[in-house]
Parts: sequence; structure tokens; C-alpha cells
Amino acid sequence: MMRRVTENACDSLNAGRRSFLKLSASTAAGLVLGIQLGGVSASEARTGEEGTEDLLTFNAFVSISPDNRVRILIKHLEMGQGVYTGLATCVAEELDAAWDQVVCEHAPVNTEKYANLLMGQQATGGSTAMANSYRQMREAGAAARAMLVAAAAERWRVPADEIAVQEGRVSHGSRSATFGDLASAAGQLSAPDADTLTLKGPADFRLIGRDSLPRKDVGKQDGTAVYTQDVKLPGMVTAMVAHPPRFGGRVASFDDTSARQRKGVIDVFEIDSGVAVVAEDYWSALKAREQLEIDWDDSGAEMRGSRQILDEYHQLVETEGVVAESEGDTEAALQQASEVTELTFEFPYLAHAQMEPMNCVARIDGSQAELWYGCQSATRDQQVVAEMIDGSPEDVTIHTVFAGGGFGRRANPHSDYVVEAVNIARRLQGQPVKLVWSREDDMRGGYYRPAYVHRLSAAVGRSGMPDAFRARIAGQSIMAGTSMAAGMITDGIDHSSVEGLAGFPYAVPQRRVELHSPVVGVPVQWWRSVGNTHTAFSKEVLIDTLARQADADPVSYRLALLRDNPRETAVLQLAAEKAGWGSRELPEGRALGVAVHTSFGSSVAEIAEVSVDGDQFRVERVVAAIDCGTAVNPDVIRAQVEGAIAYGLSAALGDELTLTDGVVDQDNFHNYRVLRMPDMPVVETHILPSTNAPSGVGEPGTPPIAPAVANALTAATGRTFTRLPLRLG
Amino acid sequence: MSYSLTINGQVRELDVDGDMPLLWAVRDHLELIGTKFGCGIAQCGACTVMVDGQAQRSCMLTVDAAAGSEIITIEGLQSREGQAVQKAWEQGQVAQCGYCQSGQVMSAAALLAQNPTPDDAAIDDAMAGNLCRCGTYGRIREGIRMAAADIRRSEGDA
Repeated sequence: MMRRVTENACDSLNAGRRSFLKLSASTAAGLVLGIQLGGVSASEARTGEEGTEDLLTFNAFVSISPDNRVRILIKHLEMGQGVYTGLATCVAEELDAAWDQVVCEHAPVNTEKYANLLMGQQATGGSTAMANSYRQMREAGAAARAMLVAAAAERWRVPADEIAVQEGRVSHGSRSATFGDLASAAGQLSAPDADTLTLKGPADFRLIGRDSLPRKDVGKQDGTAVYTQDVKLPGMVTAMVAHPPRFGGRVASFDDTSARQRKGVIDVFEIDSGVAVVAEDYWSALKAREQLEIDWDDSGAEMRGSRQILDEYHQLVETEGVVAESEGDTEAALQQASEVTELTFEFPYLAHAQMEPMNCVARIDGSQAELWYGCQSATRDQQVVAEMIDGSPEDVTIHTVFAGGGFGRRANPHSDYVVEAVNIARRLQGQPVKLVWSREDDMRGGYYRPAYVHRLSAAVGRSGMPDAFRARIAGQSIMAGTSMAAGMITDGIDHSSVEGLAGFPYAVPQRRVELHSPVVGVPVQWWRSVGNTHTAFSKEVLIDTLARQADADPVSYRLALLRDNPRETAVLQLAAEKAGWGSRELPEGRALGVAVHTSFGSSVAEIAEVSVDGDQFRVERVVAAIDCGTAVNPDVIRAQVEGAIAYGLSAALGDELTLTDGVVDQDNFHNYRVLRMPDMPVVETHILPSTNAPSGVGEPGTPPIAPAVANALTAATGRTFTRLPLRLG
Repeated sequence: MSYSLTINGQVRELDVDGDMPLLWAVRDHLELIGTKFGCGIAQCGACTVMVDGQAQRSCMLTVDAAAGSEIITIEGLQSREGQAVQKAWEQGQVAQCGYCQSGQVMSAAALLAQNPTPDDAAIDDAMAGNLCRCGTYGRIREGIRMAAADIRRSEGDA
């Protein structure tokens, strides 16, 4: 079977190049291999427009052009986490390609070919990009290599097993050829079965594990990288939407008379989410939107402020919740204990505040939809749009471009910004429109990390070690009301609300985790590291408190309680050693704090060094140790740990989103205070050597930083910190 | 109204309202999309350009006010400092999502043009207006140090 597939993402932006992908046949593992040329010959495939080169497609991920370029299609969204580099490393490793001949592009949306193998749909999230792709990408590279070798064997009439491949050259004795030389011939061979492929052992890796391999998401220091905001299509217009000031509010009536008089305005109309203004450019749309007079209907709106919401959560944790996890008779142990340590924690709503405000380019032409944006939940977005246009997923083409940060926001469970763009585009039949949110729209647009209150109680035995531990968590469920609810909520427990406290890593014989999931009208969503953003904090502050009460060293105390947890033990020991824990004299006013946490399959320990001066403090240095299995790209891992620490530190020091009478108080970076350079500590990351399968890297560095800083402040001041953001004064 | 802007050494004519920020003039009307929109109120630095050699936020600078000045955007950054910064950014693998980096590069290049040997405090001070949510601040600091050293080396060679 031969399928012609018109090009994906970047090609439509670099209009003019046309290639034919020759694809088919999927194995049970999800690896799509095989090219059957069917009715189209390679020479026909090569007749591209404007004399540009053509790609011979070896499988769903690998194409090679006669000019010796290896193109790798990346099935995950590149949003800064280094997934282009990571997946390309795996392919190039087994292909034995030269690194500089490799280029990456986002794959089109095709759930059958490009599903996240851990999710069953095409989606990026949960720090799973490498974990689900590691074997698949290596097999894709190995399969393409085998086809090149077979082509060379045929051409040179030599046995395939005598042929060597190195740095993009195929050779036998004195004969050698580039991949490009062999591409046409190799492209006509049938693809090998996945089970005939032999993958390299770690000892033979030359790219996996190599330090500082140049990144493949290029063009980011010279302004040439293309984000949604940069997509420009012939005839494209810009749209902005006036959203209700309160969540759940609706348009009652509006007067657009003066807005329409503004130069450059094309149309104004109501959509489900507000009043849309379509104009020739952003500035015209923004100024016209200011002219709208809208009466809002707040009858269905959330009217509570965040203080009231949190106060209600404080009431909730006084009462028993739904039991998420229970071991032993925790209640009896707490009642009989001579002393119970009880800490109540409070966490605010948080905005993602990624640098690129939400946006999406859409064109609806009859029954066809075409979208251009940093698409994180490809399968879901495609389905949602298909339903909107009464079509099928095949009627929805999505071109994925770089995302200017994500941190969870672009994977909206309701495809909110995509739906809004489509709602506008279908009024403009055939005309492409770029929906742009201002920073204010983005900050006030909802889908926050939920606010939470935790009540943690621990009974300590004579040894100073905890006998019983109970956590009560109150806060909105992220999964409730989404298409993931069925899979993620069991027996009334949204696992993402309790992860990190459920599955308590410390050896405490009696444990109980309870959950209250109140319904609040503030839209919530995952935020880098999801439930671990709050559970790691209360867990690690509690353990530190217990250590201090036992007069024990916080690292030694943890190690004693982690005796059955070799991974956390190893990262904790490594971080402690590298930070000079217990062995280094600290200057006056400085203190160290520690935290360790496992999330997304990886364990991370962080030791923060703080300096305290009156009611001011600064985080000076952070030493991190991570066990993420095989370190495919050590420098990308270090970059992600640095970034994860910065993101978590931002929430520890400043991020806080509040509401008054249902209206969000913050609207831009002057009052939503994210981390700036002067507050960035020196970060030192150590990667535990491992040959285990790769696990998460993007998120696991975030959870430990806030508790490590809080514990350092406790070491410096003797006070216990149970609220984020942290305040000394 | 018609304006003449001198951008990247070229005079560009455009017909827009004088209160339009330079950011939207270059992005929406002059096809210079390397300069990014992040906040619109000069709080994030993603839109940083050079105006007569000074780093300025183009989201709050009107076309009216920018007319008559020499404007350099990331596309036209060819100064010695700019080249050194971009090279250091590449070598140090600074960028993650990269959305803020045009602005970071412009601010860093402007800093080095004025202070070829900035210490850490000077770097933090000059870069405090440029947000990066990916948290590349440590690598930006190191990149500026590398670029400064690179420029010193090339001066020594000359």
C-alpha cells in the first residue's frame, strides 16, 4: 500500500518543499516500519517542486535524502525539554549516523503511528517522552541502518555482515558510500521485522550518554525558531477574545459599536467563551477590545475568593476524607500516642506563566480543519476539533511548531485555547486566524495548579522514629470532569491529588492518606510535576520536623527511614556528599536544607544553601542528584534539573495567584512575581550512573526544591515553614 | 499615519497608528518575528531590541517615539558583542524553549557593549528585566561570561 501524505509542520511554513512519505504496517510494539513503494517509483517521488531534495522514507520516523540528510520525525512536542535532541540521539545511535547530518521535525498527528506508548494516544506529558520512546526510536534507527546495509550488500555483492557503518558512512573494505548514496536503493527494500533487529549494548553507545551533544531544536539564539506566535499565512487575521472576569461567567449582552469603528477591525462576534474581535493585527484587535461594552452574566460564576476557598479547605481537613491509602490502624496509633506532631500546610493557586501566552492558528474550510500551534495533546485536540466540525480526525490537520514553554498548560484537558480558535475560525470560513491571548488573558485564563490544604499528623515512638502517619489533603481534582477521569479517578480518589504522599517512601508502619476533593469553579490543571508540587513539600517538611524533634541529622534520619528504598538512598547520599553536608563549615547566616522525592520514575535529592539576613533570605546554591535511569543526554538532563529547580523555586519564593470575589487579582508579571535572574542560585547537578531504562527528567527536579529551601530556613531560624510562597517576615 | 523606521540599517516605511508599539510594528507589519511578545508592559524583556545602542522593551515604545532612532532587532544583530553572545549561547546550550532568548541575547549584547567585563552583580542587574520561565538564568550568566572572555581574547589577538 502506498500512501501519500502531504508534509507536516515546518514544511508548510517553508512552503515549496514537497515530499512523499511512504509508510505503512505497524507492529504490536507500535513501531511503524516498512516502505512499500506500490505504484510510485522513487524517481517519481524525487520530482519535488523547485528542485528541492526529496526524502526517502525508511519508516515512520526516519527519512534520508540523496543529499545525505537524515530527517527524524519527533512525535512529541518540543517545548524546551530537549525532546528533539533526546529522540534523535536514540535514532542516530542505532543508525550510526553522523550527528551533524541529523535534522528533526515534529511528526504530523497520527495516533496509530505516533502514540505515546505509555498513554495510547499521541501526547506529550508526565515526563514520559524518553521513557516511552527509548526502545522505539532505537529500533527505528536500527531498522533504517539494516536497510542501508542490505542495499550496500546488494550493490557491492558482499555479505551484509561484513559491512560496517560508522558516522554516516557505510563501508566494506575499500568501498564506502554515504547514506545519501544508498538512500534510493535502500528505500526500495522491505523493512526488517522489529524482532530481527539487534540493538547496541551500553558499552557500544557513542551518542547515548555523550556529554554536550549539540541540541537539535535550533534557531533559538538568532530569532529564527518558529513558535505559534510567529506563524503567518496568506490572508491571516488576528483575533482576541474578551473573557468573562469570573470563571463560569457568560456574556449577557454587548455593544460593539465603537469597537467596530476602530481602524483595522474586521468583525466582532460572540462565541462560547466571550466576545471575539477579529482584526488585521494584534494592536488593532487589542485596542478594539478595549472599546467593547459587555454586560456579564455571573449567575453561574464562581464568586468566592481564594481566601474563602482555602478557609473552607482548612475546615475540611478537620474531618475524615475518602481513604486513598491505609496501612495498619493509624487512627488508633495517633490516639494512643503520647505525642503527636501535627502540621497544617497551605498552597496557593499557581499560573503556569509560560513565556509564550496561549495562542493557536486555525483555518476551517468547509469540513476540513487545519491548525498550527505548539500542540501537546495531539490525539485529544484532533478529536475535539473533529467533533466541532462534524468530521473525523482525518479531517483535522495539525502542524506542530515549537512551544514557548508549556509546564503543562498547552496540554489542556478541554483543549480550551484550541476550541476557542476553532470557534472563531469557523465564522471566517476559509480564512486563517491567529488567536492571541494577551499576558493578562493568560494569567486570568484559569487552568491553574489547584490550591490545597494538607493536615499531616505523625506519632513518634521512643526511638524518635515515626510509628504512624496520617495525611489529609483538601483541594480540587484536576482529573474530574475531563476525559481522563475514568482512568485516573478510582473509588473517589484522583491519584494526581495524593501522589507523593500516597506511596509514602519512608518506612512508617502505620499510614493513612485521606482526600477531600471539593468542587470549585476555578479551572485547574496539571502544572510541572502535578500533585508532587504540594505533596513533596508537606512530606519533606514533616520528616525534617520529626528529625529535629529527635535531635537527629535530617539526612541520617531520612536514610534510616529509607532503608528499603535504594534509589532515594543513593541520590540522597550523593547529594549530601557533593554538597558537603555535615562536613563543610558554613559562613554566618547560612544554612543547608535537604529534600528527596521520587516522581515520574526518577528520584531526586536536592540540598539548598540559604543565606538569611533579617527577614530577607536568598537561595545561594543548590546541589541536586538525580537517578533517571540511562542518561541519554547528560547535558539536557542537567538543563532540565536546573530549569525544574528554577520553576519550583519561583513558586517557593513568589508565585501566588489569588482571587477576590471570584476575580483573579494578578494579571501580569508585575504582580505575579516569578523568579528573576538575581534570585537564581548556582545549581550543580549530579547524575547517578545507571543502565536502567530511562525515566522522567522534565518534572522530577521540581518537587524537592521548595521543601529543601524551607528546611534550610528552619535550620537557620528554628521556625517551621508550612505555607508557600515562603515568607520570613 | 506614515512612518519611516530605521531598522537593521534599512529604512522601512509603514502606515500605522503612531501609538502602535514598535513590537507590533516589526512583528505584524515588517515580518521581523524574532522579537517576541511576552507581557506587553515591559515586565518580561522578551521584546528587547536596541534603540540607539540601548536595550529597550519594544512593547512599550511607540512607533512615533521610535521614528528617527537606529533600531536593531535580533535579525540585525551583527555587533561583535552580539555575535559573541550568540556563539556562547550555542556552545553553552543556553536555550530551552527559547521564546525569551531573543530578548536575553539583545540585553546581554547591550550589556557587553557598555561593560565588557561585567561581574556577577552587573550581569544580574542588567538581566533582571528578562524573564525566563525555563530557568536558564545560570547558563545565561555563564554565556555572558564566556562571551566577554571571547571578546577579550579576540582583542588580544588583534
